Parts: sequence; C-alpha cells; structure tokens
Amino acid sequence: MTILKKSKGFWLSIVVALIFFGIMQFFIANGMLNPFYINTLMFIGINIMLATSLHLIIGITGQFSIGHAGFLAVGAYASAVMTMKLEFPFIVAVLAGGIFAAVAGMVIGIPSLRLKGDYLAIATLGFGEIVRIILLNIEYVGGASGMQVSHLTTWPWVFACVMITVIVIRNFTNSTHGRACISVREDETAADAMGINTTYYKVAAFVIGAFFAGVAGSLYAHNFYIIQPSNFGFLKSFDILIFVVLGGLGSLSGSVLAAILLTIVTTFLQDYPETRMIIYSLVLILMMIFRPQGLMGTREITALFTHKKTKGDQKDGSHNTVA
Amino acid sequence: MELIQQLVNGVSLGSIYALIALGYTMVYGIVKLINFAHGDVFMVGSFVGFYAITVMDLSFIPALLLSMVTCAIFGVLIERIAYKPLRNATRIAALITAIGVSLLIENGLIYVRGAQPEAYPNNVLPMDKLDIFGVSISSQSILILSVSIILMIILQFVVHKTKIGKAMRAVSFDSEAAKLMGINVNNTISATFAIGSALAGAAGVIFGIYYIKIEPLMGVLPGLKAFVAAVLGGIGIIPGAMVGGLLLGIIEALVSAAGYSLWRDGVAFIVLIFILIFLPQGLFGKNRREKV
Repeated sequence: MTILKKSKGFWLSIVVALIFFGIMQFFIANGMLNPFYINTLMFIGINIMLATSLHLIIGITGQFSIGHAGFLAVGAYASAVMTMKLEFPFIVAVLAGGIFAAVAGMVIGIPSLRLKGDYLAIATLGFGEIVRIILLNIEYVGGASGMQVSHLTTWPWVFACVMITVIVIRNFTNSTHGRACISVREDETAADAMGINTTYYKVAAFVIGAFFAGVAGSLYAHNFYIIQPSNFGFLKSFDILIFVVLGGLGSLSGSVLAAILLTIVTTFLQDYPETRMIIYSLVLILMMIFRPQGLMGTREITALFTHKKTKGDQKDGSHNTVA
Repeated sequence: MELIQQLVNGVSLGSIYALIALGYTMVYGIVKLINFAHGDVFMVGSFVGFYAITVMDLSFIPALLLSMVTCAIFGVLIERIAYKPLRNATRIAALITAIGVSLLIENGLIYVRGAQPEAYPNNVLPMDKLDIFGVSISSQSILILSVSIILMIILQFVVHKTKIGKAMRAVSFDSEAAKLMGINVNNTISATFAIGSALAGAAGVIFGIYYIKIEPLMGVLPGLKAFVAAVLGGIGIIPGAMVGGLLLGIIEALVSAAGYSLWRDGVAFIVLIFILIFLPQGLFGKNRREKV
C-alpha cells in the first residue's frame, strides 16, 4: 500500500513538473518572459543540480566535501572544449562534461576517501583549488582570461537535466545502494562490520555526484558567454554547500528548496555582493547554533502531506543526524 | 647563490606560515575544530597594524603589540559568540560555523571599508641589504625571522612553564578529566584562542611589512596554506606547526625558483593530499588507532 502511495506521489510530482515546464516553455516561446527572468530560471535549474549532487555526497553518504566547484569546473571546461574546439554537438558536450567530472571524482575519491570528517573536507577543498590552478595554467583553454563559449543552454535542456538528476538521485537514495550509503553516513564502522563495502559506496557517491555536477557545469558554461577559472574558486563551493546545509543535510527536497530560495535571493542582491555574503554567513552561523539539522532535517517535503497517515511508520531515518 | 637567496625568502615566508599554523594547531588540539576564520584573524591583524602605523604613527614594535592584543580579543570574541554554543555539536556543524564566521569577517570588512587594497608604508623597518658570504639578505627578512623565533620561544615558555599552559595541555589531552581536576575548561579554551589569534595578528603585521599589499581577502590563501603546514607537522603538535610552516615556505620558494611560480599556490595542496594519504599523522605525530 505504501509503495503504491509513494509511486503515486512520484508520478504526480512528475506530472506537476511537466505542467510547470509546459507553462514556462509557452511563456518563453511567446516572449512573455523577459530575459532576466529566463536567466534566473536557468540559474535555478543549474543550482538545483549542483545542490542535489552535493546532497548525495554530504547528505546521504555523509562525506563532507567542500570542493564541489572543482567538479563544476571540470564539467564546464570539458564541455566547452567539446563544443568550441572540437565542434561536437551540445549533447555530446553535456555528456562529456559529466563523464570527465565523474573521472575526476573517481581520481580524487579513491585516495582521499581514506580520510574522514574535517581532513576529507580540507583535502576536497585542496582538490578544488588544484583544479582551478591547473585550468589557470593551461593555455589551450585560455588561462586566466578564460574561454569564449557560445550560448547553447536553453530552458528545455535545463529542465530535462534537472529532472534526470533529481529522479536518478532520488531513486538511488531509495535503492539498496542508497541504503548502504546512508548506513555509511550513520556509522561507518558499523556499516563496515555489517559487510558493506564502505569505500566502494563512498567512491560511488562521489562519482555520481561529480557526474551531475559536471553536467551542471556544461549547462553553466553554455549559459554564460565566457568561463574563467576564477568563477570556480572555493566561494563557489561554499555557495553550493550553503544550499545543502540550509536545506537540511539528508533532505533532497530541502536542498532543492534551498537552491530555489537562495538563487532568487542572490538575483535580487546581485548589485550588493557583500550584503549577500553577509546574509549567507549569518544564516550559516545562526542555523548551526539554533537549527543544525537545516530547514528540513532529514525529512522530505512529501512528509508534510503524509504526516498524519504514516505517523507510526517512521522508518525513513527521521531522526536528526547530521552527517 | 640564487638558490640560497630563494631559501632565505622561503624561510621568511615560512615563518609567517608557521605563526599562523601555530594558531590552527593549538585550536585543533584543544577543541578539534578547523578554525577557518583563523586566516581572517590574520587579515584583521594586518589591517590593525596598517592603521596603527599610518593613522596612529606608531613604530613597528608598538604596532605589532597593538595588533596582537586586538587579535587576541577578537579571537576570544569569535570563540565565545560562534563556537562556544557548538561545543557539543557535531564536528561538521562546527566546521560549517567556522566557514560562516570566515565569510562574515571578510565580507563585513569589505562592507565597512570596501574591497580596495592598501599598501604598507615602506619605511617601517630599515631597508638595508646585508652581504653575508656573497648572499644579499635584506635586514627585513632577518628582523621578521627573529620576531617569529622570539614569539615561538615565548609560546614554548607559556605552554610548558606556566599554569595556563599546563591547563591547555591537560584540556587537549582529555577535557573531561581536566574538568574533573578543577581546570576551568572554558577559560582555557578562550586562552588558547587568544594566544593563537595574537600570533596570527603578529603574522599579519609581518606579512604586511614584507609583502606591502594587504586586502580583505588576503587571509584566505595563507590561512589554508598554514593549515596545510599544521597538518604537515602533525596537527595539535606545536613544534610540528613551526617545522611544517618553515618547510612549506621553503618548498614554495624552491618551486618559484624552479620557474613554476604560477603553480606555487597549487603545491601546498598537492603536499597536503600526499601527506594525508601517506602520513596522515604528520611528521611529528603519533599514529593513533581508531577505536569503536
């Protein structure tokens, strides 16, 4: 019964999303939406992808990674080289962005996932910086002055990628493998003792997260007209981290909501970057002091609707463990 | 001779890293928190020194002392306001708070005074060139090195010979047991933050005099590198931070000397990843088995 209900909600939300897509597409096609709002919409989509991909790494698997902008950068540059230098079609570029980022995720994941907690955080931060410095030193992709990219990202592209990302990550979380990842988050030693190959699952989460970050990177690159290594510094990583932390570590819908909310706040505060960062940092500090589990905790938004019916049925880890 | 020149530069830079790394390592040793805001305390120290020298017309030593005192108070404030409520929270929560504090300090300062850089006046210290065996060394780097060494000796004295130092060592060893022995853990932690931040403030003034240009985001990279230095030496171990800092400075200078100056910033992180993989306890650390 619950399975039926769950899948009903699943299909319902897909239908709702498609309707939303149709309305937006109608508005855009008829020129009823000004470019500023279209751009905000694309930005929201890209940020949702980044937030959910990091959510898989931090929220589900509990690996505190703060170098996510590194994967974004790898995806952005790989796809930009594909379209601009090698003249492949956009779809190849998007996939290539994802695959290159996934490879980067594996390369960084295998050695550094021997580390835990804050050491891992610093190692991933270092990785993000290394990616930036490498890109800065490659003349082929323009070095510090960056690389010209043509505008290929359109709303259907963004929407399709966001849908695929969210569905894949949601289904992964609910699968056997997702359970294994959650067990790694809850207690790595115990998971190990239960026969779960913790290293495998940590690397898997890293690779999947990196893949979608890379796809987001390719959309990001083709949404702007130029990409520069300085776009992918650790401030970018912190931006993504804030989505996940604010939404609630372990809540997919939470990170999606936070990504939407903060992107809108960001576009309104575009002219006052310091004010934006001050608000962000205050939100982070106050959040950690007063509500460390984030807006949603580990719950999903669907729990708000089904709360009464499934009260005795709290199997989904609704306790508030953070990473 | 070129090589020795670079080594001298490396040691000067390394002593700045070492001073910052000491703060990281002490704080980590006592509360197990990577204090991301430490690099920004260093930046604040640099600005305090700058205003002390230009606006208040102080000379080097008073400016250094003023900066150290201000940073000590600042560090204690950060600890009391942001970190203390999280003493028993998860380490990830504390880490996120530290990132938040760091962003708040940087952007708060940009908000107050703008992002434009300032230049330290170049007449703070005499600019003589000393010739030692054909190597010309600026008197600045000698002074910087000696200030750092004096500060480190004072630190060693405080940690090993005074009551507060004994309390610090006890709390970092086992804070519960220390509490049972009647040590005021909160005050000890605040004292650690004060000492670490004072050293960062001193490093800030020295940095400003040596590199002239200071700006609100200057603390980020030296802060991260100093953390690398602390890990390199074995985090939580005071002599380790000094050696790690000097070593990192020398490595960076050698990389620049080899003609890869653009890669200089990357080297620290590569060192970090190698150290974490092959020698996670650092050069001076002892390997500890994980227990359930």
